[in-house]
Amino acid sequence: MAAVQTRSERALNRVAIAAVLVITLIFLAPIYWITSTAFKPRNLATTIPPTVLFEPEISPFVKLFTKRSQLRVAPTPEEYADAPWWERMVFDGGEKIVRSGRGEIQPSGYPNRFMNSLIIAITSTVLAVSMGTFTAYGFSRFKVKGEADLLFFILSTRMLPPVVVAIPMFLMYRAVGLNDTHWGLIILYTAFNLSFSVWLMKGFIDEIPKEYEEAALVDGYTRMEAFFKIVIPEAATGIAATAVFCFITAWNEYAFALIMTNRRAQTAPPFIPSQVGSGLPDWTVIAAGTVLFLLPVAIFTFLLRNHLLRGMSFGAIRK
Amino acid sequence: MATVVMTSLDAKSRAASRGMSDISIRNLFIIPTILFLIVFNIFPLIYSLGYSFTDFRASSNAPAKFVGLRNYRELLNDIFIWSNFAITAKYVIVSVTGQVIVGFGTAMLLNRDIPLKGLLTTLLLLPMMLSMAVVGLFWKLLYDPSFGIINYTLGLGSFEWLSNPDMALYAVAITDIWMWSPFVMLLSLAGLSAVPKHLYEAAAIDRAGPFYTFFRITLPLVAPILMIAIIFRTMEAFKTFDLAYILTSQPTTEVISIRLYKMAFQEWQTGRSCALAYIVLIMVLAITNIYVKYLNKVKER
Repeated sequence: MAAVQTRSERALNRVAIAAVLVITLIFLAPIYWITSTAFKPRNLATTIPPTVLFEPEISPFVKLFTKRSQLRVAPTPEEYADAPWWERMVFDGGEKIVRSGRGEIQPSGYPNRFMNSLIIAITSTVLAVSMGTFTAYGFSRFKVKGEADLLFFILSTRMLPPVVVAIPMFLMYRAVGLNDTHWGLIILYTAFNLSFSVWLMKGFIDEIPKEYEEAALVDGYTRMEAFFKIVIPEAATGIAATAVFCFITAWNEYAFALIMTNRRAQTAPPFIPSQVGSGLPDWTVIAAGTVLFLLPVAIFTFLLRNHLLRGMSFGAIRK
Repeated sequence: MATVVMTSLDAKSRAASRGMSDISIRNLFIIPTILFLIVFNIFPLIYSLGYSFTDFRASSNAPAKFVGLRNYRELLNDIFIWSNFAITAKYVIVSVTGQVIVGFGTAMLLNRDIPLKGLLTTLLLLPMMLSMAVVGLFWKLLYDPSFGIINYTLGLGSFEWLSNPDMALYAVAITDIWMWSPFVMLLSLAGLSAVPKHLYEAAAIDRAGPFYTFFRITLPLVAPILMIAIIFRTMEAFKTFDLAYILTSQPTTEVISIRLYKMAFQEWQTGRSCALAYIVLIMVLAITNIYVKYLNKVKER
């Protein structure tokens, strides 16, 4: 094909490359801007014309993790003795960095919310992916009565608008005391991701030849051993891709977190917007919160990047 | 006869001596998931169907009183609810159309011999990996009329994006397009790369023009997967809550999810909001059904 490319064809290709580059730049510009704002001193965040060159600071992050109270007496080290380690660490670090004469420094709500997000997103991802893998294997390898209907039922649980489920869930959770608990959100996110996980994993497991396990069974493995030692390693790519999707969904969920939690188990997505307030928001702190919140997803995605693109187009074609 | 009995006995005893039988493994793998999904999806739906016929308020201790179809009758006669639906429809059309144009266009461009294709695709996927809530928040900064980077770059002076009632919905849609065009792009790219090359070669031999090639070869073959992208994005856009809720508080951007949230968790009209939730659910199912029918038609061709 390349050999018979005409001159106009080549020119067209050059135009396409330029257009793609421009589009990529436009799409990445907002992300670049928010990242750079997170490292600006406050007075440079809202200047016109915008400041592009500046000396990066970490003060927005310190401010994100700490808050200054002018009224409260400084907490003594004893008061922090039973605080979780991450709060103590932030407290110590923050005090060292922004020691200023007025007011005292305490941890803000962010470190706690961030930890909540991590606990909830990781646990629900592990649950959704493992349950999804088991169920997908069950459907893929054994005869199941009404298989198509059951699979459609599983998929349909994802079609419901979250707000529709949110009201009765809120009432149910209040009745059984799951409101504002980690497990409450973990269960919700697991249920939410499970349908997706079953469907995606079924696509991957269907691709693994049955003969692999049959050979293992002949060799004296039990069905369980064959599943764990043969099928799971073969399905690793699919498991990785599914995990990325489930993690992204659970990590970013906002509506349920807003409704079902208020203090103890609140995750970061409802917390960051609540910092805007009615006065002049400190955009550098909000940018810092945004960038930090992006980090786990970015790291997770980067680590599993090779599986991801395959997983994405894979699932799409299969559905 | 004897051998059949022998083997079945043999298989049974073998299974017993070598752990669980296939049937119990199958049940162990499937039943918990089904039960879990029933408890956390079907059960709440039945629960809220019951409440939708009452005047229950979750904020008070008064017991729920059965009011029959009153909630539904009142909601369907409420012009404000219909305006929420109209706003939602407008939002869905604007944002999904935008995503299809930008996403499919980018996929067409990327489907050529482009250096660093993998890297560019990965970079373009970044927006959809962010949290809607966080995206809403930082676009608020970008849209700011006095120091936002958007107005500065485009030379718009102090143009109001979010506090202008006529513009706010489009501003939310633009953010949504930015965030989700990559999704449409990814699916389109998968569809485009599946089009057999020999079709293009045949078209080139026949001296078919680019328009003919596009409308007669590319589009029909990509249509099914593009339809899937459109179904997903329409469903999601219909359910939009986070982005609109965080970006603005204009009455002109009050999509149906926001109305539902306010009714349920700010005004505490629990019974009534359950009824509205059911109306929304029926609408989503109806829309999805129409789309799926259309999808099957596209596939048949």
